[in-house]
Amino acid sequence: MKNVDLVIIGGGPAGLAAAIAARKAGIQDLLILERDKEPGGILNQCIHNGFGLHTFKEELTGPEYAARFAEQARELGIPCKLNTMVLDLAADKTVTAMNKEDGLFQLHPKAVVLAMGCRERPRGALNIPGTRPAGIYTAGTAQRLVNMEGYLPGRRVVILGSGDIGLIMARRMTLEGAKVLCVAELMPYSGGLKRNIVQCLDDFGIPLKLSHTVVDIRGKERVEGVTIARVENGKPVPGTEEHFDCDTLLLSCGLLPENELSRGAGVALNPVTGGPAVNESLETSIPGVFAAGNVLHVHDLVDFVSEEASAAGAHAAAYILGGEQAADARTLPVRCENGVRYTVPATLRPACAGDTVTLRFRVANVYKNKKVAVYAGDTCLFSRKRPVLAPGEMETVLLKGDVLRAHADAAQLTVTLEEA
Amino acid sequence: METIKLICIGCPMGCPLEVERDGDTVTAVRGNTCPRGDAYARKEVTHPTRIVTSTVRVQGGVSPMVSCKTRSDIPKDAIFAVAAALKTVEVAAPVAIGDVVLANAAGTGVDVIATKNVAAR
Repeated sequence: MKNVDLVIIGGGPAGLAAAIAARKAGIQDLLILERDKEPGGILNQCIHNGFGLHTFKEELTGPEYAARFAEQARELGIPCKLNTMVLDLAADKTVTAMNKEDGLFQLHPKAVVLAMGCRERPRGALNIPGTRPAGIYTAGTAQRLVNMEGYLPGRRVVILGSGDIGLIMARRMTLEGAKVLCVAELMPYSGGLKRNIVQCLDDFGIPLKLSHTVVDIRGKERVEGVTIARVENGKPVPGTEEHFDCDTLLLSCGLLPENELSRGAGVALNPVTGGPAVNESLETSIPGVFAAGNVLHVHDLVDFVSEEASAAGAHAAAYILGGEQAADARTLPVRCENGVRYTVPATLRPACAGDTVTLRFRVANVYKNKKVAVYAGDTCLFSRKRPVLAPGEMETVLLKGDVLRAHADAAQLTVTLEEA
Repeated sequence: METIKLICIGCPMGCPLEVERDGDTVTAVRGNTCPRGDAYARKEVTHPTRIVTSTVRVQGGVSPMVSCKTRSDIPKDAIFAVAAALKTVEVAAPVAIGDVVLANAAGTGVDVIATKNVAAR
């Protein structure tokens, strides 16, 4: 068994940023394990622009954004094992992985950063009736086929779900010569960015059918058509069925943090996010195991993935170097109220808070003219007006470390929405 | 005089905009709640532009495709012409970020450049 100080599982934006931050914090002996043939993760197939506005103050495409971080990691001499699949993470942090060169191997790191990203919700998780023919893809699979492999998965397309990947693929398939007939969205609002609705659907005259879902898929070998119906109170309305002849159905119905390895290690997961429950240092229930990026909770913007992962990398470095000896520090739970669905972190140790703690969260519905407020017991620590909040837009609150330490004896922190 | 309806993309508010246009002159913008909405509406009805991103084939590379984008935004009505022009393009590996894969795409005066490094096989 080889010893290494820090293993980072995943070489996407989170893994790269965590590795760079850990190296800069003084960790020499670290290793990224990446299952693909190149670093960059999902960014390599996200060829559209709009990445990096916060980090680099310019609009980059996904591959360009990934290349900047990969280049920085290379300049810092951070080793990365590519084409390497991690098979198991044990509770004692033993990492079991394999690749063609090394075969099956184990590492016993002092700390681990989980950066495995997320996966798309597949058809099997959606309960769509109908046959099971070829031609049903998740939007991300289609994106990889078109943008990286050079195949067009179909010519007449219906898209279920109006998440950003579905919207982006509506435009991409159209530009490659396919006809996108419509995008159906179960909810009365889209989960995608306004900009994507305008520039990916409206620009090309693709209809967005809100409160609609697929109620039937036809075709034996290949998709021949789908039936869409209006939905009221969660049920399809009889008589509103509309048939579309198509050869392809793309699914853009949500993303789930990929935590098979975390579960195997016994890392406690948050049932709302599907990611590990972490404290202010982005440390999971297993000391020395940290998490960041989409494995922790699904982000909208890669800039925030990088920011979060940098913090996780720095905390992992501090753990290894022995700086954080605060196992007995008082821990405050963070409670969510009035439409706040979850927060990351879910618990917070004021003694370990550093200068600032970033609280990220999502809301349950579309709200207008509200105030985001954070309380320690009855004391308001933070309050900010928000003209609009939506489930598709992650919210961020910065809390000052010294303010938290001044309220370290509070029973809990509460994040809530109030009337503005 | 005509009235055009738009949704502002400046922020998640998504204000519904109404733009009054007389020929090439915008005479009024309504529905916006901030100056960004006004600026967006005026540009969108007079000269809307977009960055186009796509992929082209690579010969002899470690990947079969390389991603690319227009170096700057192009008129919205030239999107399909640029996409069509890119269909016939094939480049030889190695390709570096910033390499021109198609000069003066579809007569827009804007080059299409690679957005990914693809090494030779």
